[in-house]
Amino acid sequence: MRDIFIRRLMDIAVADPRIFLITGDLGFGVLTQFEERFPKQFLNVGVAEQNMTGVATGLALEGRIVFTYSIGNFPTLRCLEQIRNDVCYHNANVKIVSIGGGFSYGQLGMSHHATEDLAILRAIPNLAVVSPGTDWEAAEATSALVSRPGPCYLRLDKSSSDAQPRPGEQFEIGRARVLTEGDDIAIIATGGILAVALGASRRLAETGINARVISIHSIKPFDSETILDAARETGGIVTLEEHRIEGGLGSVVAETCMDGGVFPRGFRRLALDGGFACAVGDQQYLRQRYGMDEDAVCAAVQQTLASVDA
Amino acid sequence: MRMTSRGGSAHIGSVFSMADILATLYGGFLRLDSSDPAAPDRDRFILSKGHAGAGVYAALAEAGFFPISKLDTHYQNGSDLSGHVSHVNVPGVELSTGSLGHGLPVGAGMAYGAKLDGRHHRVVVLLSDGECDEGSVWEAALFAAHHQLANLLAIVDYNKIQSLKPVSETLGLEPFADKWKAFGWSVTEVDGHDPAALMQAFRSVPKATDAPTCIIAHTVKGKGVSFMEHSVLWHYRTAREEEFNAALRELSETS
Repeated sequence: MRDIFIRRLMDIAVADPRIFLITGDLGFGVLTQFEERFPKQFLNVGVAEQNMTGVATGLALEGRIVFTYSIGNFPTLRCLEQIRNDVCYHNANVKIVSIGGGFSYGQLGMSHHATEDLAILRAIPNLAVVSPGTDWEAAEATSALVSRPGPCYLRLDKSSSDAQPRPGEQFEIGRARVLTEGDDIAIIATGGILAVALGASRRLAETGINARVISIHSIKPFDSETILDAARETGGIVTLEEHRIEGGLGSVVAETCMDGGVFPRGFRRLALDGGFACAVGDQQYLRQRYGMDEDAVCAAVQQTLASVDA
Repeated sequence: MRMTSRGGSAHIGSVFSMADILATLYGGFLRLDSSDPAAPDRDRFILSKGHAGAGVYAALAEAGFFPISKLDTHYQNGSDLSGHVSHVNVPGVELSTGSLGHGLPVGAGMAYGAKLDGRHHRVVVLLSDGECDEGSVWEAALFAAHHQLANLLAIVDYNKIQSLKPVSETLGLEPFADKWKAFGWSVTEVDGHDPAALMQAFRSVPKATDAPTCIIAHTVKGKGVSFMEHSVLWHYRTAREEEFNAALRELSETS
């Protein structure tokens, strides 16, 4: 997704001199082309994320559209108060980009797992929280962020689903995408793990279970209507996210259903539960280890449907 | 004094230590137009020691950005004037602060943008001494020097007392001027209660065309009220009736 993001950002930067990209000394080999083509729209501030976010705010308040770029938790949790007080309270036009949502940097260890970002950042006023699941969503989200004034967090994943958009489909922040039709169960996913949801839905189809797979690329603003429809029309909801169970996608879906007075027949959240993910392994391995692979999704769907039948 | 006593807010000592600095900035140094607070070529002033926001509100009202009567609402329920400086519904406030270590990075970003665009306004950030404990201040100090932001002026209100104890007993800053110099800044030290000396120091900025400037203003916490001067207590205490009257008497004698 990061290459897709940079390519799209370069396409936009050609025509819009307000675009400004700041990195906290990361992006080896990825940002080089941007820097070469747009030297006056690029800055490496060094390993200093608090200053990066403050500088971004200053530049944005003076009229630029500023993207801050780093990996994992560095552009978010490391400088959380700068995001809250400087960027968001002033509604500054800063787009915070993290490469490496969830277990993207699995083997690098706990420090590099971005597994609390969605919950923490969605609590901050004025901040849109966007977490694409496909390369198309990542590219379109990049354009949409530029058109949308104000703060945004863009969580990019190393993995992505290869699901293609429908012909002529328009991307809109805050509008969920229904990727497969089905009424037996709804599988709601955010981020690259969407691919697992789609894989599971294909396996379920073989057993006669038709799943409605929904991609939530916008955690905030959130598409309540599509979720309430799924709660009304399907046999239950299973949420899937490479994130802590507290406060992420599953929580948003549960809140939405309660607030909307529509209660799914069954409900399961697949997310990182228990303690930190201490096991070493790549993204694929960690998904399997912590119960968010296709087997886990299929099992959760079966259990959810069984609990409804019981 | 009236604002903090009526409202029951803290930090009067921190306001008084920077009062002469603010008076000099708003009284002639900063290029501002109260009828056009967002004029593109205005100087940008950021109070990074946001806890002394009452001083900026008072200075802005005196400079005509909003009616002086609005100051009566400071710290009151339903007011726009919070204890720590906030920009919402307050014309002239460039940046809301209150958590320390935020002003210099944002000011550096503004200065960097102005330099990129070839604009000539100045960016002035006023910090506290205790604030210089924050690592983000030094991240921004490195950044501003590396990018030769001569349009950036940092003023440190060096009253030598922080939240609980003297700076020297908490997290010593000395040799303070040398630290800023080592980070690549031009440094001037000045008596922060001598308006003529302050104005001269401000007007000599930038001292170098390839470096940001730091003015270390030596000040007295609680300046102007004998029983508040050099006192940690008045970082927090609100003047009660007798103290309030005594303070006003002293202030009116010296003003």
